[in-house]
Amino acid sequence: MVELVWLVPAFPLLGFLTILVGGRKLGEPLAGLVATAMVGASFLVAALIYFDLLGMDAEERSHVETLFSWVPVGDLQIDMAFLVDPLSITMCLFVTGIGSLIHLYSIGYMHGDPKFSKFFLYLNLFILSMTLLVLGSNLLVTFLGWEGVGTCSYFLISFWHTKDANATAGKKAFVTNRIGDFGVMLAMFLAFGAVGSLDYAVINDSALAGTLTTATATGIAALLFLGAVGKSAQLPLYVWLPDAMAGPTPVSALIHAATMVTAGVYLMVRINPVLGAAADWVPMLIAYTGAITALFAATIALAQNDIKKVLAYSTVSQLGYMFLAVGTGAYVAAIFHMVTHAFFKALLFLGSGSVIHGMHEEQDMRKMGKLFKFMPITASTFIIGWLAIAGVPPFAGFWSKDEILLFALAESPILYVIGIVTAILTAFYMTRQVVMTFFGEQKWGSHANEAEAAHLNDPADTDAETEGSEAEALEETPDAVPVTHGAHGEFKPHESPPFMVLPLIVLAGLSVVGGLIQLPSLGIIPSSFQHKLLDWLEPIVEFGAGPEERGIGEAIIDGTWAYDNKVLLIGIAIACALLGIIAGLAVYQRKMVKAVEPELLARGWRYDEAISWFMGRPGRAGFQAVADGDGKVVDGVVNGVATLVRETAQQVRKGQTGYVRQYAGVIGIGVVLLLGWFVVIRGIL
Amino acid sequence: MIAAEAAHAGAGAFPLLSALVFMPMIGAVAILFTTKSRPEFAKLIALIFSVGTGAMSLYMLKEFDQGVDTFQFVSQHDWIEQWGIGWRLGVDGISLFLIVLTGILFPLAIVGIDPHHHGANTEKPYLAWLLMLEAGVMGSFLSLDLFLFFIFFEIVLVPMYFLIGGWGYENREYAATKFYLYTFLGSAFMLVALIATAFIAGRNTGTVTFDLVEIAENGDIATTTARWLFFGFAIAFAVKVPIFPLHTWLPDAHTQAPTAGSVVLAGVMLKLGTYGFLRFGLYLFPEAAVWSRSLWLTVAVIGIIYGAIAATMQKDLKRLVAYSSIAHLGFIVLGTFAFTSQAISGSVLQMVNHGVSTGALFLFVGMIYERRKTRQIAELGGIQKVAPIFAAGFMLVMLSSIGVPGLNGFIGEYLILLGSFQTARWWTVVATAGVILAALYLLWAYQRVFHGEPDEENSKFPELKLKEGLVLLPFFVAIVFTGVYPKPLLDRIEPSVDRLVAHVADNSSVETDPSYTTQRGEFEVEHSDEAHGEEADSEQGDSEQANSEQEGEG
Repeated sequence: MVELVWLVPAFPLLGFLTILVGGRKLGEPLAGLVATAMVGASFLVAALIYFDLLGMDAEERSHVETLFSWVPVGDLQIDMAFLVDPLSITMCLFVTGIGSLIHLYSIGYMHGDPKFSKFFLYLNLFILSMTLLVLGSNLLVTFLGWEGVGTCSYFLISFWHTKDANATAGKKAFVTNRIGDFGVMLAMFLAFGAVGSLDYAVINDSALAGTLTTATATGIAALLFLGAVGKSAQLPLYVWLPDAMAGPTPVSALIHAATMVTAGVYLMVRINPVLGAAADWVPMLIAYTGAITALFAATIALAQNDIKKVLAYSTVSQLGYMFLAVGTGAYVAAIFHMVTHAFFKALLFLGSGSVIHGMHEEQDMRKMGKLFKFMPITASTFIIGWLAIAGVPPFAGFWSKDEILLFALAESPILYVIGIVTAILTAFYMTRQVVMTFFGEQKWGSHANEAEAAHLNDPADTDAETEGSEAEALEETPDAVPVTHGAHGEFKPHESPPFMVLPLIVLAGLSVVGGLIQLPSLGIIPSSFQHKLLDWLEPIVEFGAGPEERGIGEAIIDGTWAYDNKVLLIGIAIACALLGIIAGLAVYQRKMVKAVEPELLARGWRYDEAISWFMGRPGRAGFQAVADGDGKVVDGVVNGVATLVRETAQQVRKGQTGYVRQYAGVIGIGVVLLLGWFVVIRGIL
Repeated sequence: MIAAEAAHAGAGAFPLLSALVFMPMIGAVAILFTTKSRPEFAKLIALIFSVGTGAMSLYMLKEFDQGVDTFQFVSQHDWIEQWGIGWRLGVDGISLFLIVLTGILFPLAIVGIDPHHHGANTEKPYLAWLLMLEAGVMGSFLSLDLFLFFIFFEIVLVPMYFLIGGWGYENREYAATKFYLYTFLGSAFMLVALIATAFIAGRNTGTVTFDLVEIAENGDIATTTARWLFFGFAIAFAVKVPIFPLHTWLPDAHTQAPTAGSVVLAGVMLKLGTYGFLRFGLYLFPEAAVWSRSLWLTVAVIGIIYGAIAATMQKDLKRLVAYSSIAHLGFIVLGTFAFTSQAISGSVLQMVNHGVSTGALFLFVGMIYERRKTRQIAELGGIQKVAPIFAAGFMLVMLSSIGVPGLNGFIGEYLILLGSFQTARWWTVVATAGVILAALYLLWAYQRVFHGEPDEENSKFPELKLKEGLVLLPFFVAIVFTGVYPKPLLDRIEPSVDRLVAHVADNSSVETDPSYTTQRGEFEVEHSDEAHGEEADSEQGDSEQANSEQEGEG
């Protein structure tokens, strides 16, 4: 089965080509069904390979399947080859698994869109790229997928391209990612110069054998991390991800939450021996970047009113946790959190899509409320997602977050404190979201009211609200009407169609039990259920700085205070999650305390604005100066010389008109002079 | 190394390469004999001859022996015997795909798009000039004789001058004159240098000859002299490429040229410069090229960044593409002067890739102009909504130009950067940053032209026609094929490039240059080993060379 791994990307490729050729004929919903079936087939192949690998010895689970020689020049030999090992198959399983669920959901969500088949065209292309990314046996195949997912992301963010904001968001995502790609490319050049190959096997082996110098390993690791920062939306390059919510909601769930944005984490884990061989500041940098991003994004999420923006910042924050894990050597925990996060974040995004759908394209949570009784399935599943992300046991997020925090404390108390504060904030803002959306007061009306619609259309009122205005708005306009509903007349939120609900239920189930794949080693848990993911990934994840320190899993933190007191840590984690939830309920449900939502947070610490200002003003002026300078200065000199020559020539030979001949004459003289110079002065003829 | 002749096409075989040059030339003459009353005859003749040339170039590709690193299909006849000038044509991996590109691009340019303003009488000379141009370009890429090369290199200017001046846009005469003078001025330096080269080398070999291979292998030109001569050639090529700061003729020429002119100019003519650097710069004067590499790397990198920045702010879509060419050609020059197998193979490949993707971009811009009678970005917008297939085609070509993996532009750019990084690290770091800018200017332009809601004028934008689609199809196929499976191209390019790299290494101080030491210590394993071996063997040869150098100085 392993040798059939090429089928995993081949099915979505087939789907892409089918829809490319016959998408318009297939139409709705056939195009969607074809696309879904293709991704489902991919999942099936991945699952069969998984069972195949399970049947092998742990040491024999790594296979390279070469399709053809891709870029062969001299000693650079890059094959189009796939690496089948526990890590890549794990990634394939959850990419194609969640991918097919989201494809299914999209059939319902994109219903009636004039570009229905085109949407699935892009979606299949995305799955193709993503599987190439995770299956690539060398950096270049991964980079092919890496850029491919970025391009699909661009297509899908600007899917509704007639709106200028969407087009801008797409472009922003692409260009910001390119900054990261700059790092990935340089890392590849450095790796080739050092080991003469881009194969993960060669690079990792030389890092493990110690033949890769510290300087080179540091360079490769740091440059790849730059790429990861771009792709996985970490500080300082996270700015594209919140804007990426302009795309259709299934896209946000699939690309900008569950799969593509985790590619950076995957890459870091894939080259973990290089991280081990690099100077100590690289893992430190990764850990602190992750921790600070996690906290930073969580604070912004506190004050967002767009249902998808909350989730977007939450995604940035959760990705920060994953990098915190990578930086502290908890690679398994990083993958673990990646998988559980994929479950519950996809669930939350799809749930929000269902809400948006049910509310007729309304995204502002201040105009929702009390939706539970209208959308019971969406609400119930969303609540499961909420408990999972908040870190309430036994839901999936609890286990993975706990493991990350354990490793963080073993590394440094500062990282732990940042992590635990972020956990409290996460529980808090997610509670806020659930209350504002599904409970609290009903803030949508049953009829469109023109006066109120006009009132809400006033941009000063809807967007840039000042501190505390949220709560005021809630009190003042209890029955505000969603802006876009004039056309609907009668307005009542409704539950979504079965295509959309089914994936929600499956993902909710996974969010409940997802933790089973990597339960911690606690006395009460049978040892055969502990650390399943670690046992599975063990041959690939290497820990420690040098060969002598290399251990597996929790062995590297064995003996630290954190490890000895992990039961206490679990207690703290649960207490923090509950603290956040209770505080959230107190503020938003019971209104015991007035909500504090500083404008600074709502505007994301003005970080994005600062960048936009810089790009728009001095940056643009600088570019303009260069462009103008080219015409005036560089070309000016040329034209000046031309004029000078013409004037001189006219003086010398007044009889001659006709510009071309004149110049030719001057040139002829020049030729003779130069020839003469060679002959007479240098005497070479 | 005239042994190359024996390698292929024995006496009496069909003179394929000569036919490639003469076929379009005959076509051009034939067009002049058509009657003015039946302009479609002129077009038919142009098509027959250009398609015939294209078919022959494809036949040549098929017959090309990919294991051979020397010249193939060599055609050699004496011409002006007393000066050693001959009709010497040959093709190797470096020129192979440029010739095929030329063969395919011209018929597409001829069918693809009609000149901007044409009356009943202007079609004839337009087509004749295009075919003349093709003959000149073919000759330039095929010449293995310095003098012959110079003639073709100059012939190219004349049809282009008339094409821009006669069938161009509003400011065409200024642009045509500027183009002509600029390149002609550069050529003057080359003329001096090539005559001097032939005579100096002739003194060393005993007989005066303009034979490229003979001079390169046995010329033994003294170091200092070679450096001077190299710069004579280099100025001509630098203008042609164009290299910053000699580039200002390009945006004018491109913007004002008729679409077919722009396609040909970007597609193959600019490559005369980069090809010239490889064939006549590095091959004839390896030591001088290595000696002056910092200069070339620096201007190449400036061109990459500068061209991209200038492109970002252009208001005219065609001018934007023109500036993007400056950036792209900068990559090719960077790769050329990195002297590694990967970088130069990448440069050769990128010459072809740039021809394909920029050629296609110019076709698209031409189609936009035909529909909307404007090239101003500000006047366009929302086209994707009314013409989604047109937009999708543009998108594919644009992504190729940006260098997205899986498409052709990436492979070339990547090989250039990867190869250059090993010998010119910091230049490459800056050049790689240029990759970010490429995304910026093209996506921004795309957004302004295709995204958004179309206004009244743009909402009548016609969708891609079948004929246009058929013209663009070969471009699309080339873009995807080269990106997914570049091996057939690389396998044919690499042997000749390796030979050139080895030639440079043997005839210069590459190994001892500290900037060449990489972490692996023995970069370019196969060549440096070879070079070391030969160096040890030919200790005596070196001292002889040193002697002859002294003579040269004296």
